[in-house]
Amino acid sequence: MSALIKGETGDWEIVIGMEIHAQVTAESKLFSGSATSFGAEQNTQVSFVDAAMPGMLPVLNKLCVEQAVKTGLGLNAKINETSIFARKNYFYADLPQGYQISQFEDPIVGEGKIEIDLPDGTTKDIGITRLHLEQDAGKSIHDQHPTKSYVDLNRSGCALMEIVSEPDIRGPEEAAAYINKIRMILRYLETCDGNMDEGSMRADVNISVRHPGDELGTRAEIKNVNSVKAIQQAIDFEVERQIDHIESGNKVVQETRLWDPVKMETRSMRSKEEAHDYRYFPDPDLLPLVLEDGLIEKMKATLPELPDQKKHRFMNDYGLSLYDSSVLIAEKSRAEYFEAVANDNDAPESAKLAANWVINELLGALKKDEKRLADSPISAEQLGGLINLITDNTISGKIAKDVFAEMYSSGKDAAAIVEEKGLKQVTDTGEIEAIVDKVIADNPDNVEKYKGGKDKLFGFFVGQVMKETGGKANPAMVNELLKKKLS
Amino acid sequence: MSLTKKDVAKVANLARIKMDDAKLEELAPQLSNIIGFVEQLSEVDTDNVEPLASVVDINLRLREDKVTDGGYQKEILANAPDSLEGYFVVPKVVE
Repeated sequence: MSALIKGETGDWEIVIGMEIHAQVTAESKLFSGSATSFGAEQNTQVSFVDAAMPGMLPVLNKLCVEQAVKTGLGLNAKINETSIFARKNYFYADLPQGYQISQFEDPIVGEGKIEIDLPDGTTKDIGITRLHLEQDAGKSIHDQHPTKSYVDLNRSGCALMEIVSEPDIRGPEEAAAYINKIRMILRYLETCDGNMDEGSMRADVNISVRHPGDELGTRAEIKNVNSVKAIQQAIDFEVERQIDHIESGNKVVQETRLWDPVKMETRSMRSKEEAHDYRYFPDPDLLPLVLEDGLIEKMKATLPELPDQKKHRFMNDYGLSLYDSSVLIAEKSRAEYFEAVANDNDAPESAKLAANWVINELLGALKKDEKRLADSPISAEQLGGLINLITDNTISGKIAKDVFAEMYSSGKDAAAIVEEKGLKQVTDTGEIEAIVDKVIADNPDNVEKYKGGKDKLFGFFVGQVMKETGGKANPAMVNELLKKKLS
Repeated sequence: MSLTKKDVAKVANLARIKMDDAKLEELAPQLSNIIGFVEQLSEVDTDNVEPLASVVDINLRLREDKVTDGGYQKEILANAPDSLEGYFVVPKVVE
């Protein structure tokens, strides 16, 4: 999957590391008791702590610590019993303290790794360097006045988890797969809602290029990439820019660049250069955070089955492909829906059938109507009922598609539709045999040609039998009888 | 360790303190003296000593995740040199 880019001086390999900022799901802020909900009136969810009034002291939110530990466990990472909050110093209008409380040398979570699923049906491990807790900044609005910026501190002090990856990502597809998997894990854990539109999950992308086997190249850090699509576009642009730059005899400078989604380009943020001297030091307002005894075990016990565990279980227990499994686990509710359908039937082939029907028919129909699974007109139980009718040979797969369409529009049960419309498959050997005999008697020419070696005509006979029965004859039985009678 | 005028200019800029040339000249030796004084600490052998982030032997206190504060926009904005419709208003800062 790590596609190489052809350049004038040979092949280039893309090397990417990501920093994902995920807002911790909590009612109140990391160090103050003001609310965190999205969309409140400006500066109404701000305490004197968040506004950095003199003398205010931060008090750490217990739930945020637990959420970080839980996320760390979900990333298969080492949890550090002791971590230290540090001040990261810089000036900006939406950072009233003049520093961000973050963690530097001693983060709450250390090294871990996750598995990403690639479009070509393979998986790859991506290393996690660390996860640390930090405060979010406020929000500046620049487009309302020609010479002024407006500042809203509602977001100021909300808890963020910064998740840093190793430079293991090798291109735009892997970057998309990585961010999707992180989002999936956070949503399964309910430690962040993963909503990129509302800014509760944001990513900075570190990109460099090198000839395969060389040392790491100099990287540029791309900011303001607020969707999976933007991340891929920014990578495509930046990789091409760096390769052109190097091949025309220049050096890539280590810098922060801003993605412009309108002009579809990255631009240097020169003003940030000085600001990189953050002068971290331990925050004297906060003691080291020592996790209470047993907290890690306690959080372990609260972990749900994680996306990758679910994926492997679907592959092992239900015999599904990697692709089907990864589609089904993409959302917790989707996986639950599938299992409800699959567990409704004991037939060994039913799980694969269930996966096919959920992925191809149901998700396809919902997507066409721009509906969510929660709004599906067909319940998991109802879809299970349809699959029962297929596996017990009441209806054929072909008829089942018509029944499905009817279920989707009317919300009725499969059995009721089959009964109403008389769609029951004909499995009575005598009945089918009579029709087979009739078709053979009606088409003596074709019978002769078939016997003379025109094998393709077999399909013609099947078609005729199906036509006579309105598509209701059991296809396997039709095949068997025809073969016998025509030989 | 001795600080040059350039070092002092950089520190001043990082701290957003405006300083003219004469002041930089005056402060460079003074800051160097302070650093020299603190550097005496490096004479202590700290091999095999864990770095200390705090001198008190108590654990950090945590609070429950409850909304107990906020909701006073007027007070928050009371000291702002300029505000409009509940926002702080500052000179334009944009990349």
